[in-house]
Amino acid sequence: MSTPSHLACLLLLASTAISACGGDAAAGRTETLILTGSSTVAPLATELGVRFEEQNPTIRVDVQSGGSSRGIADARSGHAQIGMASRALKASESDLAAETIARDGVGLIVHASNPLTSLDAEAVRGIYTGKITDWSELGGTPGRITVVNKAEGRATLAVFLEHFGLESRDVHADVIAGENEQAIKTIAGTTSSIGYVSIGTAEIDIEAGIEIKLLALDGVPATTAAVADGSYPMARPLNLVTFGDRTDWAQRFIDFAHDPKNADLILRESFVPISKP
Amino acid sequence: MKSERLFAGLLWTVSMGVCALLVWIVVDLAWRGIGSLSIEFLTSVPRDAGRAGGISSLLISTMWIVSTATVVALPIGLFSAVLLAEGAQQNARFARLVRGSLDMLSAVPSIVFGLFGNAFFCITLGLGYSILSGGLTLACMILPILIRTIEEALRSVPAEQKLAASALGLSRATTLTHVLLPAAAPGVAVGLVLGIGRALSETAALIFTSGYVTRTPHDLLDSGRALSVHIYDLAMNIPGGNGRAYASALVLVLMLFVLNGLVRLAAKRFTKRLAT
Amino acid sequence: MSPYARPKRDRALSVVLLSSAALAASLIVLILVFVFGEARGALRAEGFTAFLTDAGWHPTDGEFGLLPMAAATLATTLGALVMAAPLGIGAGLFNALIAPRPVARFHRALVEVLAGIPSVVFGLWGLVVLVPLIGGGERSGQGLLAASVVLALMILPTIALSTEAALERVPRELLQGAAALGLGPVACARRVALPAARRGVIAGLVLATGRAIGETMAVLMVAGNVVAWPAGLREPLRTLTGNIALEMGYATQEHRSVLFVAGLVLMLAVALLVVLASLFGGAPTATSHGGGASSA
Repeated sequence: MSTPSHLACLLLLASTAISACGGDAAAGRTETLILTGSSTVAPLATELGVRFEEQNPTIRVDVQSGGSSRGIADARSGHAQIGMASRALKASESDLAAETIARDGVGLIVHASNPLTSLDAEAVRGIYTGKITDWSELGGTPGRITVVNKAEGRATLAVFLEHFGLESRDVHADVIAGENEQAIKTIAGTTSSIGYVSIGTAEIDIEAGIEIKLLALDGVPATTAAVADGSYPMARPLNLVTFGDRTDWAQRFIDFAHDPKNADLILRESFVPISKP
Repeated sequence: MKSERLFAGLLWTVSMGVCALLVWIVVDLAWRGIGSLSIEFLTSVPRDAGRAGGISSLLISTMWIVSTATVVALPIGLFSAVLLAEGAQQNARFARLVRGSLDMLSAVPSIVFGLFGNAFFCITLGLGYSILSGGLTLACMILPILIRTIEEALRSVPAEQKLAASALGLSRATTLTHVLLPAAAPGVAVGLVLGIGRALSETAALIFTSGYVTRTPHDLLDSGRALSVHIYDLAMNIPGGNGRAYASALVLVLMLFVLNGLVRLAAKRFTKRLAT
Repeated sequence: MSPYARPKRDRALSVVLLSSAALAASLIVLILVFVFGEARGALRAEGFTAFLTDAGWHPTDGEFGLLPMAAATLATTLGALVMAAPLGIGAGLFNALIAPRPVARFHRALVEVLAGIPSVVFGLWGLVVLVPLIGGGERSGQGLLAASVVLALMILPTIALSTEAALERVPRELLQGAAALGLGPVACARRVALPAARRGVIAGLVLATGRAIGETMAVLMVAGNVVAWPAGLREPLRTLTGNIALEMGYATQEHRSVLFVAGLVLMLAVALLVVLASLFGGAPTATSHGGGASSA
């Protein structure tokens, strides 16, 4: 009736036409494998899915995000065949099965201009509980420390607290970040800040030129290599979670993720692959 | 008069200040994103979690989602606005109820829309993660904007025109299509522009409804990642994705520019119908 | 056919109009039912008062004090309105009454583009450009000011475009009459144009307030997200919506239910505002008879 509706119809037609011309070879794929969950695992799962689809023309791998808890809930309810979780399963989740496909270290980061290169556990505890408030107390350039913490429920927080023997309420933070990138951007913009993120994420960003650096913990450098050989203590598992009997495709996908031939995809995200030949 | 000059000067300053701020943001966007922009970016699909390749499939998903939202929301919004503007005398209480509920709807957080959309469209209605779920959820979100703006436009149509129409014996329906709507067309355009803008900029609602899949969708029931979701993912989730996040944002801004221009053009031509 | 019988088309139109409006109105009911359903578990387990009286927000430890976050939502929304309303109305006035046509067109196009920029882009700009400016590079600038500025930018287009559209609809005769009476642009704007356009301007403000209250992503990125009472322009705070977004993805069933209670509180607060507004609202429409042009 009205020209705006004509406009909307035109838009629909135009994009239909475009998608009919281009588009991927998704025709003929009759079955779908759905994964939902952690936004940390989602990009990795997407890349694995792309390669899996190339080798298996009849399956579609749809990866959705929404957080580790959604992944676990969807695995339980059957809305997803596989749930993605960036943490270990809790005691209340013993009815599910988790396959660890990679490990991801948790490292401390500061602004690139910070002269310090390493911190010991005592110093970290002091900073995060508010007992140490100035960088000069640790031998750095004087400045009030801006503490960046992670939001509750996040795996990086849980790993961090457990390693340093802290409780959530003990931490006095100036900024609380949700995603890793938020923490990284905060720290890159504040010279006096300190935080902790996934080591893999930090490494890729440092290479891309973001002004942060990873601190060694108790003398052990925070690198993916150190996580791989076990010398770096703080790490979390990246899990594919299933409930009950696995569908055929789910099992094949999990085996695919464990296949050493696909470890390059995991390494590209700077995670540590868990391969099972 | 001095106060007149001062006021005009103030308004010029305010508006130029606003312009400058907007230009600053867009230029900042452009500067950070132009390096990653290329023909390849616009014509290839994402690779390496979005760090390589382009956004072609996402542009299609986005167009489909926004089109669905518009096609669903516009008629409902239009008719509701007509009822609120016209029938205000007869069912004043009903009108006030509708208006109140729409005001509340406009304040619902986008993440709640996303979770609601997921529970209602994806699960209860069984549409799953799909363009349709996303479009319908967005339609709910832009409905208050559309209705409010169109209602205002309709209310402002001079009474003489409505009286003349009924004096001529025109039915209500004819009055609507040939008198009211053409007169209110600029207001409808504003509503559409604001609505489309909101739809294109929505992120949280779409993550849970139209989803994360980067493949080109083949029908409305396929999951497809909207451009705004991609920008969020590249900026906040994918390490090293910054440049492409900004490039995608730049493309989005250009899309907006074009779409808004089209809407304004359409409204102008519609209004011309009245003059002839 | 009798001259008084309503044509079939009109009867059909009435049905269509009513059902559309009813559909639109029922959406909020659906959403309320959904939110309440999800929140029920926590409400039953903890009781409603816990959410108002608990000291802090430590959901994994059983403390659910929502008030600081509710205060933060209020503070950021007010802060955004304080900045965006004058700027938006001013921009609308400028475009409708003062600006030469090409300038107005350019300005409007710019504002329309602003209306569609994703919240995440505003959040990014805020995090990468604004926050370091506010904090001065040394301390973190994430907090009330950053959140308010980002929100203000997001709601400015709605206010500006609605104001401009409303002013454009003011009948020419009113403005010409004002000019004939010797009123300059200031007096005309203050006493004739704006009052005549009041409905449209208020509609824009209401939409803008709704957007500000419900905005999630952008605020999340620049507010600092520490659960605390709003303490200062550069002190961090966490809004109710930011809280939901921050913790929803990783919350267990009970925690998730608690987050929905926060959503419920938000919606109840908005309902209250809507009721209040409807009691005070209802400005007259501008008609060509000048019925709405009341003096300030």
